Amino acid sequence: MIIPRKETRILVQGITGKQGTFWTERMQEYGATVVGGVNPKKAGTEHCGVPVHASAVDAQKDTGFDASLLFIPPLGVKAAALDAIEGGAKMILCLTEHVPVHDVMYVMAAAKEAGTRVVGPNTAGGVTVDETFMGFMPAFNERIFKKGTVGVLSRSGSLGTLMCQNIVTAGYGQTAFVGIGGDPVIGTTTRDALEALDNFPGTEAVVMVGEIGGAMEEDAAEYAKTMNKPVIAFIAGGAAPPGKKMGHAGAIVMGDKGTYASKKTALEAAGVNVLSTPVHVGDALNEAFK
Amino acid sequence: MNFEEYAAKPLLAASGIKVPQSVLVYHADAAAEAAEKLGGCVVKAQVPTGKRGKAGGIKLADSPDEAKAHARAILGMTIGIHTVEKVLIEEKSDIRREYYAAVLNDPVSKGPMVMFSTEGGMDIEEIAAETPEKLKKHAVDIRNGFSLEDANAMLKGVDLEGAEAGVADTLVKLYDAYMVNDAELLEINPLIVTGDGSVVALDCKFTLDDSAIKRQEELAKNGAPEKLTELEARGESAGIKYIELDGDVCVLANGAGLTMTTMDVVRHHGGAPANFCEIGGEAYTKARFALEMVLAKPGIKSLVVNFCGAFARCDVMMEGLLGAWEELKPDIPVFFSIAGTGDEEAIRMLKEKLNMDPLPDMSAACKAAVDAAKGGA
Repeated sequence: MIIPRKETRILVQGITGKQGTFWTERMQEYGATVVGGVNPKKAGTEHCGVPVHASAVDAQKDTGFDASLLFIPPLGVKAAALDAIEGGAKMILCLTEHVPVHDVMYVMAAAKEAGTRVVGPNTAGGVTVDETFMGFMPAFNERIFKKGTVGVLSRSGSLGTLMCQNIVTAGYGQTAFVGIGGDPVIGTTTRDALEALDNFPGTEAVVMVGEIGGAMEEDAAEYAKTMNKPVIAFIAGGAAPPGKKMGHAGAIVMGDKGTYASKKTALEAAGVNVLSTPVHVGDALNEAFK
Repeated sequence: MNFEEYAAKPLLAASGIKVPQSVLVYHADAAAEAAEKLGGCVVKAQVPTGKRGKAGGIKLADSPDEAKAHARAILGMTIGIHTVEKVLIEEKSDIRREYYAAVLNDPVSKGPMVMFSTEGGMDIEEIAAETPEKLKKHAVDIRNGFSLEDANAMLKGVDLEGAEAGVADTLVKLYDAYMVNDAELLEINPLIVTGDGSVVALDCKFTLDDSAIKRQEELAKNGAPEKLTELEARGESAGIKYIELDGDVCVLANGAGLTMTTMDVVRHHGGAPANFCEIGGEAYTKARFALEMVLAKPGIKSLVVNFCGAFARCDVMMEGLLGAWEELKPDIPVFFSIAGTGDEEAIRMLKEKLNMDPLPDMSAACKAAVDAAKGGA
């Protein structure tokens, strides 16, 4: 599971913190099925109207959660994610930035064995329009998210948000938004998200928001070749100098690897419309749906 | 965070890998002294970048006088963007074979990758491009580690002329050093076999995972600080990611992706971005400092402020920005694009305080900033 549904039972680890509280309330207002939270120090209490548990393993017995959302500081992510995996999470969405990569890889190995899908870390989350959302996305802002037929995926939360707004401004709407995260090692890649959106009911086109660094867009281009739906892409960082990390740990060009040109070439060869600015997405959708 | 050779090799030694004896020096006289003790030696520039040999930063010396002369020539030399301030005087090794070994964080297998090639001395991109069949890889389940059996399996069928056991043992120790030190990359190139059959790390490249610095504070003290401009250093000490560029259109945005894109769109409209400056998160005090940062660069002609609220709220960022406005009084034209969480409130504040409206979208804001920069030239 990469895209949560309305009936997806969500556990929030770190629910009692300031951000955990704020965004859990937003998610509940939007219609997300939040079934519980985790904070070992506040087990047995209630928060945001749901019971707080000592661990995800404990929570599983009472809540039967499917997906866990982590509002957890960087050095606590490994333990929290392993707890969620042990607790039977089908999906873990990790928002945290600056998680040590060795910890991330440990979680990935355990998740793979257990069949748990990890989204992130360092993502702003995901939105399934008019159903549910997980993370800190402005799902409730109707100038940004509106039910439609475009699937959107993005490494960056802020840029993904902008792209969603441009889509709505142009008169279209989304089925779902998948934020995959800006770290170099992440659980759900561009290709994974593209495939999930391609198979998501109602999606008629996909907008992919990538960045310089790594080879995920090149890999996703291979999948795009097999699709029968239009794919539109924007790759950020064309004007970035080489050798500098552009805010995201994964957004760095080393030598001739991870360049804008390499991604653009691979995507265009797969028939993807690569935009010169995010503002052009409306024109590209008009073209695609002509 | 990158480490220079002299700071990286002790990490290998701590895991039991043989490294040559060496002395780090800052003056040519000290190089001669060190060479006196070591005998025949190599004078090696210490800078956090590759291609030192090609740049003339690595020289053999047979006598203390020669070591002194080489050190004098190398100290002060520029390699890439770095000025050489220290050299490593290292005992000369009897090289029979040069191999390549590394462990790195692999985004594809999502775990550690151990790599080995008999084609040492070249950089890994060359090895991968020219002799991919000789590059052996082993994807590790980090929960289980990398054992001697794994190393032997990985090296199976590779003719190492009797050094098989030594190389396998070194790979296991290299993996250990990679784990202990939270490495993003730990590379030995070349890994040599000497005349007497010893396996020795002749060079070492170590990149510490930046996200692990908070639990590797002692280790991080030995890293090479990133070469920053004065403004970049100021940004770093304030916790703001600021990268100075050579254009004249300032960029202030939230989120890495959006900030990069703002630069791209400035470039798209024929302008040149003056900086990358990102304020993410919730701290609006950062918006205030960020404004001061972007305005501090000499020669700037316009500013584009691009907020798209998701986690970061536009109204909070705008409050910080406007709070700094009176004090800083920007004397260049400023163009806004505002969207996302808290946008209505932010637009109202902008109108109230500065009697300004945002442009309809980021492309319009960037174009206006580019036009203003050109008009003012």
